[in-house]
Amino acid sequence: MEFFLSILLSGISVGGQYALIAVGYTMVYGILRLINFAHGDVFMVAGLMMVYLSAWLPLYLSVPVVLLLTVALGFIIERVAYKPLRASPRMSVMISAIGVSYLLQNLALYITGGLPQMYPRLPLLSDSVTIGGATTRVVTLVTPFLVLLLVLALTQLIHHTKIGMAMRAVARDFETSQLMGIRINSVISVTFIIGSFLAGVGSMLYFSNYATVIPVSGSMPGLKAFVAAVFGGIGSVPGAVIGAFLIGICETLIKGSDYTVFSDAFTFALLILILAVKPTGLFGERTAQKV
Amino acid sequence: MSKEERLRRGQRITWLLVAALLLLVLVLENVIPPSRMLFPVLKKGAVYALVVVSMNLLNGFTGLFSLGQAGFMLVGAYTYAILTIPTALRDGVYYLYGRSAVHFSLPEMYARLLGSSGLGGAVSLTLGVLTALVCAGLSSALAAWLIGLSVLRLRSDYLGIATLGFGEIIRAIYQWDKLGPITNGANMLKSFPTFTSFNIKNTQGQIVLRLSTLVPLMLAGVCIGIMLLLINSSYGRAFKAIREDEVAAEAMGINLARHKMMAFCTSAFFAGVGGAMLAMYQNQVQAKAFTAAMTYEILLIVVLGGIGSVSGSCIASFLFIASSEWWLRFLDNALYIGGFKVPLLRNGFRLVVFSFIIMIVVLFFRQGLMGSRELPELIAGFWQRKHKAKAGEPHG
Amino acid sequence: MADALLRLENITMQFGGVVAVNNLSMEVAEGEIVALIGPNGAGKTTAFNCVTGVYEPTNGEVSFAGQPIIRNHPQGRMQRSYLGEYAEHYANQRVLHPTPDHITQLGIARTFQNIRLFGALSVLDNVLIAKHMRAKHSLFSATFRLSAGEERRMRKEALALLEEQNLAHLQDEPASSLPYGLQRRLEIARALATDPRLLLLDEPAAGMNPQETQELTDFIRSIRKNYNLTVLMIEHHMDLVMQISDRIYVLDFGKLIAHGPPEAVQDDPRVITAYLGAEEDYAEY
Repeated sequence: MEFFLSILLSGISVGGQYALIAVGYTMVYGILRLINFAHGDVFMVAGLMMVYLSAWLPLYLSVPVVLLLTVALGFIIERVAYKPLRASPRMSVMISAIGVSYLLQNLALYITGGLPQMYPRLPLLSDSVTIGGATTRVVTLVTPFLVLLLVLALTQLIHHTKIGMAMRAVARDFETSQLMGIRINSVISVTFIIGSFLAGVGSMLYFSNYATVIPVSGSMPGLKAFVAAVFGGIGSVPGAVIGAFLIGICETLIKGSDYTVFSDAFTFALLILILAVKPTGLFGERTAQKV
Repeated sequence: MSKEERLRRGQRITWLLVAALLLLVLVLENVIPPSRMLFPVLKKGAVYALVVVSMNLLNGFTGLFSLGQAGFMLVGAYTYAILTIPTALRDGVYYLYGRSAVHFSLPEMYARLLGSSGLGGAVSLTLGVLTALVCAGLSSALAAWLIGLSVLRLRSDYLGIATLGFGEIIRAIYQWDKLGPITNGANMLKSFPTFTSFNIKNTQGQIVLRLSTLVPLMLAGVCIGIMLLLINSSYGRAFKAIREDEVAAEAMGINLARHKMMAFCTSAFFAGVGGAMLAMYQNQVQAKAFTAAMTYEILLIVVLGGIGSVSGSCIASFLFIASSEWWLRFLDNALYIGGFKVPLLRNGFRLVVFSFIIMIVVLFFRQGLMGSRELPELIAGFWQRKHKAKAGEPHG
Repeated sequence: MADALLRLENITMQFGGVVAVNNLSMEVAEGEIVALIGPNGAGKTTAFNCVTGVYEPTNGEVSFAGQPIIRNHPQGRMQRSYLGEYAEHYANQRVLHPTPDHITQLGIARTFQNIRLFGALSVLDNVLIAKHMRAKHSLFSATFRLSAGEERRMRKEALALLEEQNLAHLQDEPASSLPYGLQRRLEIARALATDPRLLLLDEPAAGMNPQETQELTDFIRSIRKNYNLTVLMIEHHMDLVMQISDRIYVLDFGKLIAHGPPEAVQDDPRVITAYLGAEEDYAEY
């Protein structure tokens, strides 16, 4: 029972961390129809920046500075690597995203020298607590609530502000909204900023749990978060969150069983299953192709 | 000279160039000490050229954004290794699982028919390796067929992520403990015939003729040649039609499901052969190396060479491998000029430089090296310019 | 009419709550040129897409040369939200939904409203691709040139076709580099290369000036004669429609409002209303 409880707790926590990354994927895909392969690496870079900044800045400064820098990174990536390709075929943009991912990973490899970097202990978050006999870190308990809070705030933003309405319009029809005078470039930038911000928060929660950052730390969580986004129906924020929690829990369950080697594969099996059965995901909308 | 004649001449020149290069490699290999960097670069370059062209067949010629290449290479590499490890060495390789579940080795089966020494030995080794390579290709084509049934109707980006997912699933299956007696679990497979096995030795065991670089080049050359024939056949045109416009292709009577499956399986076949050749190059194979990152790297070489150009893919592969293994190695080591330490140079810098080059190509030179043109066309174009200059005709 | 080459029966196409084609029945006899006209958004192209297998009609049946080729009835969730007629009519019959390539194989070729050539490929390749379907060779024999004769035959026929359409001198040019009028002609040539019995033209004269339209009129007549074709076309140029159509079907809001020979349709008050708006409307304001 204690074992089960601790698995469930850590599953929910992992799921919450995936959820924060998944929201970034789903929003970018909803607007640009682009799988932002570099998003997982932005998450990793946020982790690394925390490692380096916390070495010479007090924590109350380094946390906001890391978030700010992560947001700036997401913004710059979009401006430099995706914006010039807006009129190109989708494959080119995806290749550009893969290129950015390759670049970020290699930069991280260069800077860290390939050595795993110890993530700083964040006060409170990294402390241990015991509930129902299961020992876990505070971050595990905080994660789901923080995620729900952030997602709630995000849905408010999407549905009740001017920029949110612009986002929904651009997601619905890129060209028409451009003709209606919506500045799509700023809408897209805001999307990347929100996505990167959430990835930054996610990285703090995730790495507090895992303690070390390596250059490929971001790629698997990134892919899994994308699967979560597809599972929930790409473009739907609540869908991504539900998908992420589900994947987090399943994955932790598998890791606790004899089939550990399949813990990553399972996520993809789930993806293929959902694509085969209901390609639009749980909450996705159907769009007909025009001939 | 008509355009067609010029093109044919361009083709002839290209073939002559390729033949001359192969001959040069044969000579160099037997003259220059084998420890030179040139040879591993040529071998690995040949392997990569094959894999990159096979990916280009899908992404560049059929317009299917597939990211499953590493998975297919893995299937091919393991099939090759499992079928060719000599029976006597199997227990040593599979020591963690007691013994291997496979009790034969293809080269030995041929050797039983043809003899194991002298010419018979050479022939049985060659036949055994070739059969194993074909099996490697077929097994990975079979895997592709099974995967294709469920994913080929997906749209571009979903197809990419689904094939990437299948690559990860394949990797997990091959690392699974329960299959240990066949795949050796997460441990490496080794002791199978490699490119060096093709060096011809005399009875004293001295090497008389080195072929270890020529063999991979020839193997890759034949495979790429077959893909070229396919691309220039009626089916190749059908693939290109699918790339250009699926709806129109279907309206012209091209069965999308069937043709996409053909392209997918053919590409997987050659990726499987390429994977087997990579195993031969590395002298060992381990599932954990075949990650999504490997697929990304292959895709980026496709982009460097030009999406939709076979010769571009080949040239880019050799350039990429030569730069990363040889020419740009110096970037990874600290360098002192006089008493001055050149900044930035240390381990990992090479890859950073590489990534920047790739991003520059992706953003500013979207055509890559060759765009969608092929070498014969370039040569034909060169001929035309020269011809015109000689005749004093105005350009137009 | 017993000898109809193409017959649509109660075809209904519903997207969500919108009925794009509502209970359309029509026939095209062998050798006829039939026009399908109607205001924008009347459902003409949707009807084409139903016939060519691009869409699966919600209800109804299409037969070609006496054989039913497409058949469907409202299924699943559509059973409740269906807004058309004859929902029960085909309920007990087998559903037929071939893919577009299968339809082309049967002998129905089409062109597109917004030209869909294989832009980066040469003019010759565009026609050769259309020949691929009827060629008798496998992936293996084509790759290893075991069926070189087949390839030669395809090339010869494709070149002959280009010759006829006065496109032969452009055979090596990329299709996208052709001027608009020639692109239209190439698209028709490409459709002819599939050896069709029935040719569906979706607004062949769109964007053409009166002279080009006149040339197109003669061209359509000539291909009907030379290839023993039956032609069904969607067109807005009334000159063209009135000149060459044997019969005309008029759609408005997805419904068939009139059909018959050109003269009869021209004077039909319902058609005039559909195009110009009803007289009462003017009276109200």
